[in-house]
Amino acid sequence: MISYWWKILGILLLIYGIIAGFLAPVPALPILDETIRILYYHLPMGFAMLSLYIISVVYSIKYLANEKITDDYIAVESVNVGIIFCFLGLASGMIWANFTWGDPWPNDPKLNGSAIATLMYLAYLVLRNALEEEQKRAKISAIYNIFCFPVIIVLMYILPKSTDSLHPGSGGNSGFGDFDMDGNMRMVLYPIAVGWILLGIWMMTLRNRIRKIEMYKALD
Amino acid sequence: MKKSLLTPLFILCLQLIAQAQQVEMATDLRSSGKIYIVVAVLCVLFIGLAIYLFTIDKKVSKIEKGIQQK
Repeated sequence: MISYWWKILGILLLIYGIIAGFLAPVPALPILDETIRILYYHLPMGFAMLSLYIISVVYSIKYLANEKITDDYIAVESVNVGIIFCFLGLASGMIWANFTWGDPWPNDPKLNGSAIATLMYLAYLVLRNALEEEQKRAKISAIYNIFCFPVIIVLMYILPKSTDSLHPGSGGNSGFGDFDMDGNMRMVLYPIAVGWILLGIWMMTLRNRIRKIEMYKALD
Repeated sequence: MKKSLLTPLFILCLQLIAQAQQVEMATDLRSSGKIYIVVAVLCVLFIGLAIYLFTIDKKVSKIEKGIQQK
């Protein structure tokens, strides 16, 4: 079995996503019109971001358990790539919101939660740069990461659901499953989400390998 | 009695029909087949980027191999 099959799988899923995302039938809803297709490309950013943050927190715990410095590398590179996906999700959401909600940044709890989450992870990266000693830096940032993760879950996924949010599935809003009766959208959305998750992991491993090479060169 | 029950239902149905007609979908773009050109362009761009990503991946592997041999 070739070792990079999952990379090809991710690319194929995303190509399927481009084709099906534009051509597959979607429910005709007022206000949204054809822009409902943005869901196929906007939502997977969140999926990819969350998976990378989960990988990061898992490797932070692993680092604290056995103090292997390579686990710390994976944790920090996951955050690096996850932040990019969070920014892309916010940017694409702002364009969409400008069209459907009439304002790029309505004071929606999900938007503010995402913004705070991004700032918290930026603080994680700043914290790492502030510490010189490698073991100390890895340990303190791993602990920060473990505290950070539950907070962003609450900010991005629990609070917006319990208060009034413009995002679907929050407050009195109908969820994604309510208008997708025949499951047509699901058939497109989930493969794209898996594709983006795989692409995100691929980007993370590339950065991780480059970091290892850099460390090796620094030791030389 | 029956009439008073049916009237709001009828109005609701009318409203739903009116709403369905107001939704502007890009049916012209689909019926003229121009949407396929958009999809084709996006596919070409994405496949190009993917191939480039694979070459970067290969390059990193090469450097890793060089380090291991040292």
